[in-house]
Parts: sequence; C-alpha cells; structure tokens
Amino acid sequence: MIWLGSDRRWWIVFVAPSLTMLLVFTVAPIAAAAVLSFYRWDLLTSPEYVGLGNFIELAGDDGFRAALVHTLTFIAGYVPSVMVIGLVLALLLNRRSRLSGVSRVVFFMPVVAAWVAVALMWKWMLNSRFGVVNWVLSLVGVEGPAWLFERGWAMASVIGVSVWKDAGFVMILFLAGLAAIPAEHREAAFVDGANPWQAFWRVTFPLLTPVVLLVLIILMINSFQVFEQVWILTEGGPLGSTTVVVERIVKNAFSFGRMGYAAAMSWVLFAFIFSVTVLQTRFQKRWVHYGA
Amino acid sequence: MKTTRRLWVLLSVLVLVAAACSTDDTTDTTTTQTATTTEAPGGAGTETTTTEPPPSEEPTTIRYFTFSAAPDNLDALDAMIVAFEAENPDVKVEVETAPFDNYFTLLQTQVAGNDAPDAFELNFENFVTFATKGTLADLGPFTSADTGFDGEAYYQPAFDAFAVGGTQYGLPASYSTVMLFYNQDIFDAAGIDYPTDDWTWAEERATAEAIAATGDNVWGFFAGVHYWEFYKAAWQNGCEFFGADGSVQVNEPGCVEALQFMIDYVNDGVQPTAAEMGGVSDGDMFLNGELGMITTGIWMFSGFEGADFTWDVVVEPGNTRGGSHFFANGVAVSAASDADKQEAAYRWLRFFTSSDEAAKIRVAASWELPTLTDASLYDGYLAIEPPANREAVLASLENVVVPPVIERQAEMQDALNGLIERALSGEMTAQEALDQAKAEIEALL
Repeated sequence: MIWLGSDRRWWIVFVAPSLTMLLVFTVAPIAAAAVLSFYRWDLLTSPEYVGLGNFIELAGDDGFRAALVHTLTFIAGYVPSVMVIGLVLALLLNRRSRLSGVSRVVFFMPVVAAWVAVALMWKWMLNSRFGVVNWVLSLVGVEGPAWLFERGWAMASVIGVSVWKDAGFVMILFLAGLAAIPAEHREAAFVDGANPWQAFWRVTFPLLTPVVLLVLIILMINSFQVFEQVWILTEGGPLGSTTVVVERIVKNAFSFGRMGYAAAMSWVLFAFIFSVTVLQTRFQKRWVHYGA
Repeated sequence: MKTTRRLWVLLSVLVLVAAACSTDDTTDTTTTQTATTTEAPGGAGTETTTTEPPPSEEPTTIRYFTFSAAPDNLDALDAMIVAFEAENPDVKVEVETAPFDNYFTLLQTQVAGNDAPDAFELNFENFVTFATKGTLADLGPFTSADTGFDGEAYYQPAFDAFAVGGTQYGLPASYSTVMLFYNQDIFDAAGIDYPTDDWTWAEERATAEAIAATGDNVWGFFAGVHYWEFYKAAWQNGCEFFGADGSVQVNEPGCVEALQFMIDYVNDGVQPTAAEMGGVSDGDMFLNGELGMITTGIWMFSGFEGADFTWDVVVEPGNTRGGSHFFANGVAVSAASDADKQEAAYRWLRFFTSSDEAAKIRVAASWELPTLTDASLYDGYLAIEPPANREAVLASLENVVVPPVIERQAEMQDALNGLIERALSGEMTAQEALDQAKAEIEALL
C-alpha cells in the first residue's frame, strides 16, 4: 500500500465494493468458464476432463458455424446502419434550439427502454395480421410480408429493430464528440472557401474519428453478443435463420446440460471479440486523428 | 502517479473483459434466481401445524420443489400439506416453486451445488435423465417397508414409466392428455356431422377440408407441427422412434407417412401456416372462431370456458391404431438427502400421489388429474361442463402414447424440431428429413 502514497490510500476503500463484485461475479466465472471448457459437465454428475474435446467438436459443429455466420450477418447489417443513422441524427441535432433538445430526448428514449419491452412492442408492430407496420404499408398499396416468419425478412427485421433502439445511443456519443470540436476550425475552412460538404469531410469528420473508433469498438463488442432481441422476436427461427452465437451458448448450457461445451463456445466468442478489438486499435493509426 | 494509471488501465481491461463475456452474466442471474425462488411461497402450509403436542424430537423439515403448483394451484398444494402434516406431525414440508421454463435449470443448478431439494417434481421426459445420472433415490426400500403402500392403486402405465431397469425411482403424481376439440357452431353452420370418439385420420382430414372450404378466414384443423405431435402421429400410424432392440426407426415408412400427413394439412391450406397465424396462438385462433378443429391439451379447458360458441371434445383419431398423449408428472426423492429426510420425503410423496385427500383436492382444483385407478375420484370432474363429452378424457387412457425418451432428450427434440420445420417448408422431403433425423439421433445415443 505504500506505493499508493498516504493521501491516496483511501480510494481502494471506495473501490473495494465494486471491485469485490467484479471479482466474484465476473472474474471468477470467467476463470471457471476457462477451466470448464476442458470438461464435460451436465451439472448432475461430476465434471469429466475431455482435454480439447469440446473445441474439436466445436470445429465440426454446423449449428455453431451457422450461428456464427448469422451473427456476422447481423453485424454487417447493423453496425454500418446504426453508425450512419446515429451520425446523421447527431449532425442534424447539433444546435441549440428547443426542437433539437426535444428531439434528442425522443431519439434517446429507446436506449433507456429495456430490450424485452422494445422487442415485444416491435413483435406486435411487425405482426403480419394486426401489425401497424403492414397496415401503414397497405395504405400505400403494398402488401407487407410476415416479417418475423419469412426467412428473407427475419434477420432484416431484427437488424432494423436493433438500429431503431441503438441509434440514439450512437447519436449521443457523436453529439459529445461534435461538441468537443472548436467552432474555429469550421469557420477557418469556410473562410478558405470550403462548402459545407467539404467542411464536413475535410475538417469535422477527421476530428470526430476518435469518437468513431470508440463507437465502432463498443458496437462490435455488443453486436457479437446479440441475443435478447433475437430470442424474443424470432427465437432463432424461421428455419434457424436467425440463430446467433449467444443463443447457442444459452441452449447448450441450460437446455442441453452441456456446460463445458457452452464454456468452450464462450471462449471462442471471446477470441473473436478480442481479436476484432485488437485489429481495430491496431489499424486506428491509419485513419484516426487525435487532437483538434 | 504512474502506478495509479497502470491500475486504472488494468481496471478498464477487466471491465472490457467483463463486457465481452456474456455467458457469465447468465450464470450470475441464475444464481440470484435460485436464491430468490428458494424463499418463495413456502410458508402458509408450514405454519399451520403447531396444534399437535410437540414430540420429544424436532420435526424433520423437508424441501419440496415443484413447477406445476405455481402460480394457480398453490392453495391446493397448501391444503394437501396441511392434511399431510396433520397425519404426520413429525414432518414439515417447505414448498419451493419455479415456472416450468426455468425449473429444470434451477433444479440442475441446485443438484450441482449440493443443495438439491429433498423431494421434487419431474416430468416424464426429464425423469429419465435425472434417474440415469444417479440423482434420484431408489424408492424400493421405502415401499417395501411401508405396509400402507399399494402400487396397484396407480394407473399402471404411469407407475411403470417412473421406473428405470426395474428400479422404482419415482411415483406418478398427475397427468394430462391431448384431445380433438371442435367448434360446434362452425360444424352446424356448414351442416357437417360432429366428430366421434372412434374417428380415424381419413374422416378427420375429409371433415377439415369441408370446413376449410366454407370461408376465407376459416381453417379446418390445427395441430402443432413439432416433436410432440409427430411422435404421437407416428404411433397412431404404427411407427415408433425406437425398436425393441433400441434401434432408431424414425425414418421407417409409417413415420414418414405420419409426417407427410401432418405437413399436408398446412400445404393444402386446411391448416394455417405460421405466416398466416402471424404470431397469434392456436388457442386464440380457435377462440376467434377461425378453426373448426384443434388438437390441444385438456389444460385448455379453462381457457376455452369463456368461448362465445359451443365446443366439445372427442378422443383423438388414429390411423392404424388409436393413440392419445399421456403427459405424466412424477415426483422423486433426492439421492443426496440424509436417510431420515429421505424417509420423510417418501411419506410426503406417497400421500401427495395416492391418498384420497390429496386426489380429491387435486380434482376439485382441476390441477391436472391424479394417476389413480379409483374411478370414484373423478365423479366431480366429469360433472363439469364444457366440454359435455368430458368422459372422453378418461376414454383416451385406453391407448396412451408416452414420449420417446433418451438421455440427451433436449438435444433430440431440438434436432427433430429443426428437421420437421425444414420438411414443412419444403426445403427437404419428409423422407430426407427423417433420414437425417435418424443419423442425428444415433449420434446422440
């Protein structure tokens, strides 16, 4: 404790409660999962050591591979859409007016709502017989599909609902980023004869890239773990077209009694998230500009 | 300063790792759930038995874990416990409940944590898994020492279902079954004769077509296209998943035909597709007057009570032979409990499953049906209408089908449901789907 210096020693006391929680409920389970991934365990009988057996089985597991592909499909659709929409919202609302304040609150509201509530609400709105979405479409003469029950539309619906929920979160981060950029930079650009389009791409956006990186990392980590909305909206269907990795983990752990196998899946998922995050930070030098 | 910053970095890394690993969150919630449900409705019955003069020793307290009692039948369970404790002042029963969807996860977790309840409920499908893994106590020593025990009092197929390899690991507590329900108003309007208890598939199909032809928003029939309906339809068509030698026969012609029969209802527009239902449940569609007939469980009796049309039930039609679902719930004693708790738990379960008092309370509450042969117990039940033909519930016991069960049950059901869905979508033929089902089931054995 000497290395903390006497005046700073107290912080450890304040941090201790959350640190304890973190150790007991996060670090310890992670360690347990690491050990378990080398065992076969059905919770009822003693764990049996299987070496790399779980990982070898995982390599040939078509269901897991399909879930991984669906997760990547989700990411490919969700991450770019929510970033672009969040950024556009932030740019539109980046001014001081009553309307902009109200709009910010409105767009941020879905972020605060619980996923279960949001997903159930959308499940009704997307209902093919009584849903408001298809009713609106019918007003313009379009017969809407059975969104959550058709293979071509189910994943698109899940992505759409996710974008709707999270765009406000991305917007808030970008708004904070925009607020940190001094107005002089843009003014200077305009004095030099730039049009708004050029001013955005040459001045604002480069200065915003640290926030873009942050948003990207957060979205990637979250979207690899996509689960609640899928579970409620489609339960992995139709025809297994929306099964995702976390859904496989939950099923194996709690329905199939395959704790070890599920732990192995968690570690594979972690490896994916970890390497993507490392890659993102590694390549940031190419496009992220720090310092205004 | 530098060290502090390093610590912060370390902490942030930990937070990131925490955020990245989602299974652990799930594990955490389960633990907390266990903690909260253990404190659930326990009390009421336990408190009431202090009237008896206290025996020299402390009463043995046992924990009983159930899914079927909560939330609707807790009063009935409490009444049973009061009656039991009056007869057995040396035993106290503490109730723990969980909803069916979480029940087995919680039970597994408790077993894994060496905190298994002394007595607990198991449905037949999960019973085999728990029995073969050594978590259940052999009831033989208790039943043979108990002069009041009468195995014959139970409906025998149910009693036998809770034994593995000649060892009785559980007692049957209750059962429910599935019937063919029909909307009499739709039949009357179309001038079609009502179904009867001795119908076969051909009559069911022809009638369903006739009803479907009467209007755009009326379908003739509904039965779930999934594992539970499929093994029963297969049985009705003379095909079983497993042969006497344990070989997998799920792709035999009888089974393929049964699956094709189920799928054709949907493909031919006699039964609504999932898209046409658009998330409305089959029971609600029946209540909306959109289905002429529906295959569903007797647990829907209360839900259909308020229907604004007249409905009734018949025994489900079979093809080459009759066959009705038999969903049995049993109860068992934990192998991990102390001997005195096991003995007390056994006495409670014997009372719960076979005493007249408990059976009467159960029937009066319509909490499924007791698995006892004494017909007089059902008098009150049969008098309730609708449905008028309630006797059909008992008649359906003449030909029962129990689910095909393996140790890796949940995975088998999951695999079959996926393949049945593929066959339904037309992505595979019934034959292809069941050929693959055979391979997948064999891999699970």
